[in-house]
Formats: sequence, C-alpha cells, structure tokens
Amino acid sequence: MALLNLHLKVWRQTGTQPGHFQDIEAPEIPDHASFLEMMDIVNERLIRAGQDPVAFDHDCREGICGMCSMTINGMAHGPERGTTTCQLHMRKFRTGDTIWVEPFRARAFPVVKDLMVDRSAFDRIMKAGGYVSVRTGAAPEANEIPVGKEIADAAMDAAACIGCGACVASCKNASAMLYVSAKAGQLNTLPQGHAEKDRRTLAMVRQMDAEGFGNCTNQYECEAACPKEISVRWIAKLNRDYAVASVKELVGAGRQQSQAGE
Amino acid sequence: MKLDSKIPSGPMAEKWSRHKQDSKLINPKNKRKYSIIVVGSGLAGAAAAASLSELGYKVKCFCFQDSPRRAHSIAAQGGINAAKNYQNDGDSVHRLFYDTVKGGDFRAREANVHRLAEVSVNIIDQCVAQGVPFAREYGGGLANRSFGGAQVSRTFYARGQTGQQLLLGAYSALSKEIARGGVEMHTRTEMLDLVVADGETKGIITRNLVTGKVEAHAADTVLLCTGGYGNVFFLSTNAMGCNVTATWRAHRRGATFANPCYTQIHPTCIPVSGDYQSKLTLMSESLRNDGRVWVPKKAEDCGKPASQIPEADRDYFLERKYPSFGNLAPRDISSRAAKEACDDGRGVGPGGRGVYLDFSEAINEFGENVIKERYGNLFDMYERITGESAYKQPMRIYPAVHYTMGGLWVDYNLMSNLSGLHVLGEANFSDHGANRLGASALMQGLADGYFVIPTTVANYLVTQKPGAVTTAHPAFKEALEAANGRINQLLNVKGKRTVDSFHRELGLLVWDKCGMGRNRAGLEEALRRIPEIRAEFWENVLVPGSGSVANPELEKAGRVADFMEFAELLCRDALDREESCGGHFREEHQFPDGEAKRDDENFCYVSAYEYSGDLSKPILHKEPLTFEEVHLTLRSYK
Amino acid sequence: MSSLQDSLSRFYASSIGKKLLVALSGLALIGFVLGHMIGNLLIFAGPDAINEYGHMLHTMGHGGLIWVARLGLLAAVVVHIVATIHLTRQNKAARKDAYGKEATRVASSASRIMIFSGLTILAFVIYHLLHFTVRVGNEYNNPALYTAMLDGQPVHNVYKMVIDGFSWAPASVFYIIAVALLCNHLSHGFASLFQTLGLATNKTWPLFQKAGHAFALLILIGNCSIPIAIWLFGYGR
Repeated sequence: MALLNLHLKVWRQTGTQPGHFQDIEAPEIPDHASFLEMMDIVNERLIRAGQDPVAFDHDCREGICGMCSMTINGMAHGPERGTTTCQLHMRKFRTGDTIWVEPFRARAFPVVKDLMVDRSAFDRIMKAGGYVSVRTGAAPEANEIPVGKEIADAAMDAAACIGCGACVASCKNASAMLYVSAKAGQLNTLPQGHAEKDRRTLAMVRQMDAEGFGNCTNQYECEAACPKEISVRWIAKLNRDYAVASVKELVGAGRQQSQAGE
Repeated sequence: MKLDSKIPSGPMAEKWSRHKQDSKLINPKNKRKYSIIVVGSGLAGAAAAASLSELGYKVKCFCFQDSPRRAHSIAAQGGINAAKNYQNDGDSVHRLFYDTVKGGDFRAREANVHRLAEVSVNIIDQCVAQGVPFAREYGGGLANRSFGGAQVSRTFYARGQTGQQLLLGAYSALSKEIARGGVEMHTRTEMLDLVVADGETKGIITRNLVTGKVEAHAADTVLLCTGGYGNVFFLSTNAMGCNVTATWRAHRRGATFANPCYTQIHPTCIPVSGDYQSKLTLMSESLRNDGRVWVPKKAEDCGKPASQIPEADRDYFLERKYPSFGNLAPRDISSRAAKEACDDGRGVGPGGRGVYLDFSEAINEFGENVIKERYGNLFDMYERITGESAYKQPMRIYPAVHYTMGGLWVDYNLMSNLSGLHVLGEANFSDHGANRLGASALMQGLADGYFVIPTTVANYLVTQKPGAVTTAHPAFKEALEAANGRINQLLNVKGKRTVDSFHRELGLLVWDKCGMGRNRAGLEEALRRIPEIRAEFWENVLVPGSGSVANPELEKAGRVADFMEFAELLCRDALDREESCGGHFREEHQFPDGEAKRDDENFCYVSAYEYSGDLSKPILHKEPLTFEEVHLTLRSYK
Repeated sequence: MSSLQDSLSRFYASSIGKKLLVALSGLALIGFVLGHMIGNLLIFAGPDAINEYGHMLHTMGHGGLIWVARLGLLAAVVVHIVATIHLTRQNKAARKDAYGKEATRVASSASRIMIFSGLTILAFVIYHLLHFTVRVGNEYNNPALYTAMLDGQPVHNVYKMVIDGFSWAPASVFYIIAVALLCNHLSHGFASLFQTLGLATNKTWPLFQKAGHAFALLILIGNCSIPIAIWLFGYGR
C-alpha cells in the first residue's frame, strides 16, 4: 500500500455567506482509502490542530444512499465512471496531485455548509407526482399485473437512480432532467403507473421548472457523471411523454372523456 | 414490572385475524384529531407514516438524512421473502413461519413470527402496485430466488438493490401523503430525547441539524423506526449515521431493551484493509448461490496466489462441515466457520482475516456473461474497493456486523412497556430471535409499517384524549433543558481526542470481546474497560464548533456518547446469557464439534432490561418463550 | 378559450415546452437550409437554370407563396431565437456560482457555443438578406444592370447578382465563416432535435448522430462551394 501526498483546494462556506477555497495539505494518505476516508483523515488532523473540520454529506458509504456529493476536479463524484464519491478510492490519484473539492453547484441546491448542499428540491419534485396513487391494502394480487421482462428491466434501469444530484451538478445548465426523467420514466414505463402518466409528467416537470433548475441542452454531461449510469434516453422519453401530455391537456382530451362519462 | 406480550388467544394461524377483529376502531372523523410522531424514514418508518396518514391520522415524520429516501434500508441488496409459493416448491405461510422461528434459534415469539409470515404476501402485492421493479420472468410473472439458508425459492428481488427499490416505493407513498398534507416531513432533524408525560409517551426533542435549533414536538403517540445499533462496533456494514440514540434515550426514559446481545454477523463482507477504514462493505449473500467458500488446507499456502493452490490443497470448509446446506449455511454458522478458519492461521489476504469466495467453477459452468448478469454490480463494487477483479481471482470475504436482532421490547401491538411508545422494524426485538434469516429484514420493516401498526396503534389511541398533552407540559421543558445541557456539556469538554478516536477504541473492544465469539473473561474485561473509555470521553473529547450551526462532529459526539452507555448493556447481556444461540456464541457453550449449544431449560426467555439509573446495574426482566407450533429442536444444518 | 391560452402559456413557460419549440423550429430551418442550398447549387447549371428557379420562386401562387414561406421562416426564426435566448438566460441563472475548476467530459465544443454560433448566423442572415434579398448598398435592384432574358421574357438576373456578390472577397469570407458556424451549429442541433422530440432511442440515436454530422458536412461543402468557386476560382467571372 502506497502513501500519497496531496494538495487539496477545498470550498469553505457558511450558509449564505460568500465562500472561498482553502488550501489544505494532505500528506501520507493511504491509496487504499476511499475519498471520504481521506476527508476523514484530513478532518481528524484539522480538529486536532484546532481548526474547523470540512462539513460534507455522507451516510451509507457503499454507493447507494446518494447522500455523498462533492465535485472533485470539476467532476461530480470525481473522475471514475459510474462511481459515487464514497466508492472512489485514492488509488485513482497520484502523489503530488492537486485536488479541487467543491460542493455540487446549482441555484436549486443552495450550500448549507462547506460541501453540504440542500437537495430538497428533488423531494419536492417527487411530491409533485413521483408515485402511484395506491393505498396500503388496496393492491391487487401481485401476479395479476403481468409485466414483461423487458419492461421490468427497463423500469429497473431508471429506478437505479440514487437521487444524488450529480446530474445537476455536472450539467452545464444545472438541469435536473436526468433525475426527473428517470423518476417519471420508471413509473411511466410500468403498467402500474400508466393511469397517472400524463398528470405525473406535467406535475413533475412543472415542479422541476419552479425549483430553478436549468434546461437540458442535450450535452449528456449528466450521463457521464451519473454514478448509476442512467441513460439520457430517459430524457428523450420524458420529452415525448411531456409533449403527449401537453397536447392532451391543450385539446382537453382527458377532460372531454370524463365529462362524457358524467 | 410485568411484561405482558398481549399475544391473542386461539390457534396460531388465527391469532392475527382474530386480533384484527378484536382491535379497536377509531372513526374517520376522530382519526383526524390524533397526531402521531414517526421517527425514522426507512422501510418501517416511511411505510408507517404513509399508511397512517392514508388512514387520516396527522403524522409528523423525522429523519436525520437530507431526504427520507436515504435511510439505511436502502442498502439492502439481496431480497425480500414472501410465502407466495409462486415456484410451486412447497412453500407456505407455515413454512416461512417455521423457517424463521428455527432460523432465529428459537428465541423469537411464535405469534409475531406467524403474523410476519402471513402479511409477507400482502407486502409483495403492495410493492408491485407502487411500481417497485421486481425481477420478472419473460411471461411477465414475478421471479424468485433461493436465499440465505432457505430450501425454497421465496425471495423477491430487484437486481442487487432490493432495499433501495422497496424504500423508494415506501418513499413514493410517503411523498404522496406529504403532498396531500397528511404528513409533515422534517428532514435533517435528529431525535435527541423522548418525552414521557405522566406515564404516557407524548413527544420527542429534536435538533435541527442545519440551524442547530433544539425543539419539542408533541403528539398522541410516538413510533420509533430508528433501525439497529450495529455501529456500536464502529466498523459495521451500517451507514455512518446509524445510531442507538433514539432507542437508548427511550430506554433511559423507561423502555426496556430486549436481547441486546443478539447481533448478526454477515459472512460476506469485504475484509478490513487498514486502520483508516470507516466502514465495511457487504457483498450480497446471494453470491453464495454460485460462489464456493474455501481457505488453503495448509497455513503455509496462505501467502500464495489462489491460482497456485491446487484443488487438493483447498478446504471448502462449509461444504465439508454442512453437506446439505454447503455454501448456503445460515449467516451465523458461516461467519463462525470463517472465523475458525482464520483463527486456525489459514485466513487469506492482508492481516490474514479473510476467506476466498470463488466463482471459477460457476464461470466455467455458466459462462462469464451469466455471472456478470447475476452479480455484475457486486463484482464492480468489489473491484472499486479492492482493486481486484473477481472474474480473474477469488473474492476475499470476511464476516462483519450487519444487523441487530435485539432492540426495544414490544408487545404484540408493537408497543413498548412504556405506554404510548411504539417501536417498529430493526429497532424492536420481536421477530428474528437470536438470528435473522436472509431477506427477512425488509419483510419485517414493511410488515410492521404497512400492515401491523395501522391496525394496532388504535388500541392505544382509543385510551387517549387527542391532543391532551402539548409542549407546554413540564415534561417537555425538562427534556428540552436536558438535551440542551448535554449539547453544551459535549462542546465544553474541549479535550484532546476526536470523537472518532473514541468510537474506534470502543468499537474495536466490543468487536474483540463481544463479536463473533464471546467468553466470560473477555466480557468481564470489556465491562471493565467500557466505563473507563466512557469516563475518558467525557473528560477528553474534542468537539469543535458550536451548537447553533450545522456541526457534524457534534452529531457524532452525541451518538457516540450513547454507544458508550449502550455497549455496557450489550456486554452485560452477553455475559448473562450463559448459552450459545444464533448470533450470540458463548465459547463456553459449544458441542465438541464447535456447534452452538443452546440451553432451553434455563434461557428460553427474552431478556428485557430496565434502566435503573445506574448503567452498571440494569434490572433484568424475563419474558418466557413458549413454543406451541414449532418444537424446540437442535438447530442443525448438517 | 382562456383555458386553452392558459395551457399554451404554461406549455411555453415550461422548459420542455420551449425546447420542443426550438426543436420544431429547428427542424423547419433545417428544411429551409437544405432547400436553399439545393436551389443555390443551380448556379453551377448555368445562368438560365438559376434565373428560372428565382423567377419561379417569385411568381408561384401569383407571387403569394414566397411571402407565405418568408413569413413561416420568419416565425420559425423568431421562435427559435426567442426561445433559446430565454432558455440560455435561465441556464445561466441556474448555475449562478461557477466551479473553481471546470471540467467537461463529453459535451462537444459545438454544443457549448450554440448561442454564439446561432447569434453569429443570425447576424449573417440579416446581412445576407440585405445583400441579396433587399439588395441595399448595391445595384442589384437596377433593372438596367440585372435583367436577363428567359424564354423571351425579362427576369431578374440572379446568376449575375450571385457572381458579382461573391466576387467581393469580404462577402465570400463572411459567408464561409457563417456557413462553417452553421455546420458547427447543425453538428449538435440536428441530432439533438430528435432527442428533444423524444424520438431518440438507444438504437436510433447513433443514426441521428451520424446523420447530423453528415448533414452538417453536406451543408458546409454544398454552400461553401459557391463562394469558393466564384471568388477563388473565378467561376462565372
């Protein structure tokens, strides 16, 4: 196991006050350590030196909870494809490297402290329509809803999203389209989600817009940064679902039918 | 104190339906008047909050993460059991019940387990309706696999991330109810204390982790869905934030803590690589379906690359010791067998604490693509962490703490001895006995949240006048002051050692003395050392910053302070239980071949500890366990 | 009616709504760019061919259809530009604090300068219209100089106008720069519009992308061949 000597440029910020980069030396970092373990070591040293440790979000440290963030050398979750910051290991760096460590930057993700950001916008998008309206106890027998393997696999591809926000952080426009398209796409693909498809699509996109995310310009930085490698084709599907839902809303298709029923 | 488990009368298979019949109802108009606090937003918490809100109760839900979707249930990989018998392989509610009681080494309550097996089928229906993308057959039906020691295929799964998919299902239901106004969600908010007013649990004290504000919240009942205490070992597969604070504070307020010594060690984790390590990573147990576990027969072969050790010099120790279950032997048994091999000097990898999990035979038989399809994400994860490819060389694995079966004592209604305090999921003790079977944790969390508590909570609420106690009650004032006092105390020690250094010291001690193998001398030593470490903590801990801003070190300090107290109870229980059962292995109590020796005559009971005010003198209460349906037998997996 | 207006304004207000409009107007403009180039290439078929083509454009539908086409194109241009400017402003606002260290993994350089290439093309289009359509600052509107005979009928001498126009080096240079930027713009925009319209799948996307690059190259070669032939190689002079 080798030890690395690193120079860090870490973003420090308290609440809404202006932030700055702090230069921190990080000598003798084991290359088997994860990036967050490197930050633990740095913090341990800062605390012992009487300085304020760097605040960052993290929890499961196995790449699934989506809590860790950090933009490392300009890349959300760092340079390794399909990997969260917590699963990025220091063997990907060389001794002497300068590493820039910044928060996920987006107007819709205000900084809480240092590298911690507020991603509650994602929760509000889910609240707008990211569900199937089924009450507990009101579900039919599971195998009464056949779902072809291809459909189930596609839905699972979208469902793999861990809601970390790397798509927003890496997008040149801080757009949340990959996240929203994955969340809406999972349910819009499955028969269980079909009844509310149009309503869900319109509501989630409108909430996404209201949160102040940017717009997709089809550059696909999001897909490259996504730790679960969610495909940008989900964005194409969301565009299509949105177009269809908008046209239906425009001509009042759903409403006419319901009025005819009354 | 008498612990009344309130098990309904009647035949086992009818208890739950009878209990539902007999449970109290609250009419829809009145439900709106009752408020319920749910702490935690994992499978149990999110499912409970959503379901109770659907019923019309006013729910306040709290989680310390930045979103309810991040609770640690999300990390479960393998699957969820349900007695659907879609495979026509002879599964049934009774068989799932039987397997779970036996798997728990006869230390669980039969009636609770039977209920769990009954509602397991409803859980799958519910999750499918929510849009959980379970694996499917080409015909559109649900796929199953056999998992963790089961001889039938009853496990439903969603790639290697069943936990995430089930949690996202519960989170979507929760989101729906938040949107409807039925649930008020508080994220980045940690529970610091429980408020008991005139003998009834009526609220909690929380700290906002962004602003530092300490607040009181009142309700008509409180549900703790706060998970397990595996992080007492410092290194575990739990998330960094998992903690015992909620249940420990409830214990200090009068709730009995049951069976703390029942901790589960998961056999397939990535071995420790150095002392900077912050957590251990679990590799799904499903890997054991195709991987073969072995170590070299000769200690001198351990340094060689696996490929240079001939077949004849390999010891496939699980297959050798447990011919009928082989590599699929239950978790506690597999873990201990790995430990024995390493204790014998035949462990592999740095530090010699590892065994091989070898896929070469499966790759030869099915081809690399099939293995990639089954376990690709796990192999990728393994490579990211270790820098080694498991397609080319065997994985190295070692057991790690994974789940805790012990928890707050609850009755059949999931209510603790503390009136008005309900405990769900991993935080309670009720369903897994001394050992949990694979794919049963998700089942229990969702069973408690979706199907049990919505029925049973009314039995308590009808005894209460809604909104009778508010935060104006003196009990809230007292609890608020205590919580603030503790924060100030932590900040004012201004010592020299970091919180992590204490946590690491405590964890290593507990792992060493109260981990996979336990004995009297070791436990007594741990019980000597823990109060010393705790005393040093309060004299020498260094918590930087202040309490009025986001301060992760302060959060950790509060959690570690509680682990310091809890660890003592854990070791005391392990010392008191003079038998080996499930995840609790006392080295003094084993058969000559190393198998666990249970003592049903003297220890067939639940140990429930009451806080006496003196950490070294908890009061032990015993709830006897009786077995009507499943006969007490030696748990043999040979 | 007001609920229809509501729906329309909500559609425009939404990010995807504006993007769909950009894609649809882009598609119309792509159609124009292609038709325009094919028409212009008639210059290589000699004076009669292009003069006849010009005359046909101006007289079809009693001279009305050209105005329909012009108004349609104007609408497409306005929608394309107004919506993109709105989108770009929102995009800038969405990342108000820049990264200290900026990295780009896959975004093409073309995709990153769309607004710049687009606005430059707009400036060129205005110049180009003034030059050849409105014909200000030149004599192209003078019937004495620019009339040709076609089947015994006097028509505007488009051929001579184009030859004269591109004989002036600055016009040719500006034209080539603008077409190069258009090619760059299309190399991202062509495939991108299929993604925005929701037609891109994992199977179709590589095709759209290849078609986009081929189309951009075609536009570059086809259009630039005219000024290069005239200005550098003296075609028609």
